[in-house]
Amino acid sequence: MNPIQIIESRTVVLPRENIDTDQIIPARFLKGTDKAGLGKAAFADWRYAADGTPVPGFVLNQPAAQGCAVLVAGDNFGCGSSREHAPWALHDFGFRAVISTRIADIFKNNALKNGLLPVVVDAASHAALLAAPGAPVRIDLAAQTVTLPGGREVHFPIDGFSRYCLLNGVDELGFLLSQESAIAGYEGSR
Amino acid sequence: MTGAVPDRGAAPRTLLEKVWDAHVVVPESAETPAVLYVDLHLVHEVTSPQAFSVLRERGLKVRRTGRTLATMDHSTPTLPRRADGRFPFADAQAEAQVDQLSRNCADFGVELHGLGSPAQGVVHVFGPEMGATQPGMTVVCGDSHTATHGAFGALAFGIGTSEVGHVLATQCLLQRRPRTLAVRVEGALRPGVGAKDLILAIIARLGVGGGTGHVIEYLGPAVRALSMEARMTLCNMSIEAGARAGMVAPDDTTFRWLAGRPRVPVGSAWDAAVARWRTLPSDPGARYDREVTIDAAALEPMITFGTNPGQAMAVTAAVPDPAAEPDAGARASLEAALRYMGLTAGRPILGQPVDVVFVGSCTNGRLEDMREAAAVLQGRKVKVRTLVVPGSQLVKRQAEAEGLDRVVRAAGAEWREPGCSMCIAMNGDRIERGQYCVSTSNRNFEGRQGAGGRTLLASPATAAAAAVAGAVADPRRLTEGAP
Ligand code: SF4
Repeated sequence: MNPIQIIESRTVVLPRENIDTDQIIPARFLKGTDKAGLGKAAFADWRYAADGTPVPGFVLNQPAAQGCAVLVAGDNFGCGSSREHAPWALHDFGFRAVISTRIADIFKNNALKNGLLPVVVDAASHAALLAAPGAPVRIDLAAQTVTLPGGREVHFPIDGFSRYCLLNGVDELGFLLSQESAIAGYEGSR
Repeated sequence: MTGAVPDRGAAPRTLLEKVWDAHVVVPESAETPAVLYVDLHLVHEVTSPQAFSVLRERGLKVRRTGRTLATMDHSTPTLPRRADGRFPFADAQAEAQVDQLSRNCADFGVELHGLGSPAQGVVHVFGPEMGATQPGMTVVCGDSHTATHGAFGALAFGIGTSEVGHVLATQCLLQRRPRTLAVRVEGALRPGVGAKDLILAIIARLGVGGGTGHVIEYLGPAVRALSMEARMTLCNMSIEAGARAGMVAPDDTTFRWLAGRPRVPVGSAWDAAVARWRTLPSDPGARYDREVTIDAAALEPMITFGTNPGQAMAVTAAVPDPAAEPDAGARASLEAALRYMGLTAGRPILGQPVDVVFVGSCTNGRLEDMREAAAVLQGRKVKVRTLVVPGSQLVKRQAEAEGLDRVVRAAGAEWREPGCSMCIAMNGDRIERGQYCVSTSNRNFEGRQGAGGRTLLASPATAAAAAVAGAVADPRRLTEGAP
């Protein structure tokens, strides 16, 4: 996993509340056995018409969205399924951070393991971001701040261990494997 | 020795805290989450391939094959084998994914009850039937409805594919202890109102994100009165309120249901296990981070009208009006939902024509659910395409032994092979763009049952009533004998 320190990008804004994992990537794209190339399936049912042609009005199809690394979504993003295909698809599309007022637990865990930073901000900061699609933002993971379009900095929470892993590109499996003696001890004690 | 509960002196603890404490390998600190031991890891074909790939890349083994159990459900066909003995997969990709799980289980020594085996089924129907899910355990699976297993007093939650790899390799997860939310259901459910109606009402009350960061414990007389099947329905949809897990403390109902199942202990080991399990319920005076109370007697059969499971109401109610919603975000979301669903604010949902009915899934694919649907279908004819899909091979055999398959077929409905089927529409069973489906599954998200499809979630009785009427109907009218 590549380390994340600073993310600077214009935003893509999807104001809908409760965007679920079936919207982020519909189930018919889950039949593969690897992770690569899922970006084209991100938001497929909103992005493509029934005949497969892109829906011109949908924000991800607009030229301004290309190359954007920050997605701003309505309240309660990522509810639903445990499919890790959701962060895989968003990351493959180019996103490195998702900002909302609330992010579902399993999605958040999955995002953290795949170099996609879940950023939860207060309602006022969120409203400012929603109101300014395409505005530049700067996310500093070490400082845990988002610099909003007007220049105001807001703090966001993140678990210290997850932050450490993201900043250093450490993978959790390596950490768990290093706990072998404790795990064996626990198993022996039951 | 699962369910062991160390005595920490006088501090009263909740069920969650007891199970959590007994599985901490390394306690959490400010810097690191806890290393939490996993007793049972259930595996299916959709969320595991990339995890097994990581094991291969890193030269790792499955640490505890005895704690790992696999089946196939999402991509599997629900039509029987063809004349040539092969299964009618929807497409080559689905078949390849199923084959990959067989190969992975063979290579890594994991017990698999695959397609064609007598125990195969939807993973959350299958695990409990095997007696693999037991009180006090930690249970995980690469699937958000793992919450189902909390019905046994286990701490059971869904994980992503990276974490599936962590558990395969180390039998552990890095976790912070969740907060607790007590949902107390007072009084008694009225006749014709069941667990599915109860959980839809609870989600409507909490909201789809309302349980985020919490584990729900369901308490109160109405919960105690529920059968194991009903408790599984209840816990199953905890995730639809954003809670990763739901739990019900084990009691005699639990022990009776488990006794004699393949993986539970026998003889004196059973007695010892039950004695241990009896120490699991929350202590008097144990504190929860939040509490919510629901009056069971006030509930009616429920149905969803929108595009998330929190958008639910009594089947006798009218579709809510976005204009009455004070919060702008919620108003926009309700407007978008009604537009997608093609429903009109202020109109009753009763009589809304439907195109398809689906009875099945890990929410309502168990024997009691089959019975509930068959009781409505008995002696009647369905007016629309109706699929009845048992949750497992065992449910199918039991239902057939009771003649339920004949009732279903005589009504003109389809009796299928077990699997997730139209709950997720990965195996070819799906609805068409614009169609309405009353479904006993758990998600009414846009396109969940097929791109452009519209899902109305309800109980097996309400779904069967809709099949008979060809429109949304109140099942109490049918079961009371009125047409
Ligand atoms: S029945 Fe539906 S919700 Fe349950 S495991 Fe299968 S796809 Fe998931």
